[in-house]
Amino acid sequence: MSRAPALPSGRWHAAEAIPWLLAIACFFLFPGYRVLASHVFIAALFALSLDLVLGYAGILTLGHAAFFGLGAYTAGLLAAHGWGEPFSGLALAAAVAALGGLAVSFLVVRGTDLARLMVTLGVGLLLYEAANRAAWLTGGVDGLSGVAMGKLFGVFPFDLFGNAAYAYTLAVLFALFVFTRRVAASPFGLSLRAIRENRARMPALGAPVERRLVAAFTLGAAIAGVAGALLAQTTQFVGLDTLAFHRSADVLVMLVLGGAGRLYGALVGTAVFMVAQDRLAGIDPVYWQFWLGLLLVAIVFVARGGILGAADALRRRLRR
Amino acid sequence: MTPALRTEHLTRRFGALEALGDVSLAIASGARHALIGPNGAGKTTLVNLLAGSLAPSAGEVYLAGERITPLAQYRRVKRGLVRTFQVSSLFGGLTVLESVVLAILEREGRAALWRRPVARCTVEIDEAMALLGELRLADDAGRRASALAYGRQRLLEIALALASRPRVLLLDEPAAGIPAAQSAEVFRAIAALPAAVTVLFIEHDMELVFRFAERITVLAGGRVLAEGAPEEIARDRAVREVYLGTADA
Repeated sequence: MSRAPALPSGRWHAAEAIPWLLAIACFFLFPGYRVLASHVFIAALFALSLDLVLGYAGILTLGHAAFFGLGAYTAGLLAAHGWGEPFSGLALAAAVAALGGLAVSFLVVRGTDLARLMVTLGVGLLLYEAANRAAWLTGGVDGLSGVAMGKLFGVFPFDLFGNAAYAYTLAVLFALFVFTRRVAASPFGLSLRAIRENRARMPALGAPVERRLVAAFTLGAAIAGVAGALLAQTTQFVGLDTLAFHRSADVLVMLVLGGAGRLYGALVGTAVFMVAQDRLAGIDPVYWQFWLGLLLVAIVFVARGGILGAADALRRRLRR
Repeated sequence: MTPALRTEHLTRRFGALEALGDVSLAIASGARHALIGPNGAGKTTLVNLLAGSLAPSAGEVYLAGERITPLAQYRRVKRGLVRTFQVSSLFGGLTVLESVVLAILEREGRAALWRRPVARCTVEIDEAMALLGELRLADDAGRRASALAYGRQRLLEIALALASRPRVLLLDEPAAGIPAAQSAEVFRAIAALPAAVTVLFIEHDMELVFRFAERITVLAGGRVLAEGAPEEIARDRAVREVYLGTADA
């Protein structure tokens, strides 16, 4: 019998250490950028959650910020009402966002791409306005203040320089990356890829497609909620913009830029997007979005599969 | 003996068009049963209704005597009613092996597991490689389904169906669009199925039909025109007029 070719094994390659070592090195190399870096890690986790939903399960969404915001407000409200322990805050935020995701998932798993876009967009707008109107709870446009975080492990306080925030957000990002990576290499991950490739074929294999999509969407929402909670905890503030449409749009752009369905695309896309945003705004403070737009269009046309997709194609060509 | 698959007055309308009307069939357990008819006769519609990817406008479907009309397609697959598609419907970005391993995992109800990587599902991988070997697809195991030649894709289509271990197999033109040499390969795989497996197949190649079928149902205009053993069908005047286009041959 022929030897079986490789299948998703979840085994680590040596090169995969590079981004994580780089992230640790940046802590020492750029001490002035620790706060910004923690925001990059949070955005990367958010993009990673979208990769499960879009890159693996193939569910197009323009309202993923709804779950980011749910997580942020959950963690923020807990801390504002005396529950400042960070890890339990994360867990509760994940649970609330997962419940939100579960509820919304039933609306999105059946529809077409267009219907999904509209439903997710609608849910995002609904939650945004609900948070705006419920000012007694959320602080409305002024945001939720009075978020008082406890110390990490009861030892490390969240300081202004972002030292604890840097380590905390990076560690949570890494832990959830390992988890997501494992899911992606599992039979469940394989079945999600198959649904993305040919949804109509899956029932003929005996697959309950909608149930799988509900699970993927709920899991993606839970991780988005953790990302939102991290932002609330490390900035000790929750604003309405955690639920804003632009956040859903930005995270979609980051993921597509890096390459959807590859996990690392979420990390690379987020880093490139946020650094480009920072640099372009420095070069051209008024019209920087013009250049960002140009970059995005160029990426979609020149590099199919995002930056990592282009890197893959280049590597294949060089090998030939 | 209870038929493996039976329909009662099965009807499907698309607006004013009746694609299939009042079809009552009984397919014996273990039979090799062919479904033939000119284009637009309603053959694929019938397979879609049997498989559950299309809901009937009226009528019932029974699997081994049990009414399955309201069951979703995936639940019918779980009960052993499996189909292939006229136009290859594969997972283009998955490799051949990944596709077949997935089909096996789905059959076992283990495809939602998330804790263990696919590479460690060794029992399923061995079974998939054995199946691919039988279909002479083992050398293509590592290739993406989209990279296969069309004839190989047809074989993979069969492999996916066999991986589900069907009790009743619905084959919608399994050899459509492939050279004769390869269609023989496809039918060799079908012929090698355990005798207990019931096969209903749509086929245009009359030589293949008469070689493999024990019974033949002829559809025309969405209705059953004739049903019987191959020699009866070959003699049937109405069939020759409507289907073969001549009564004198």
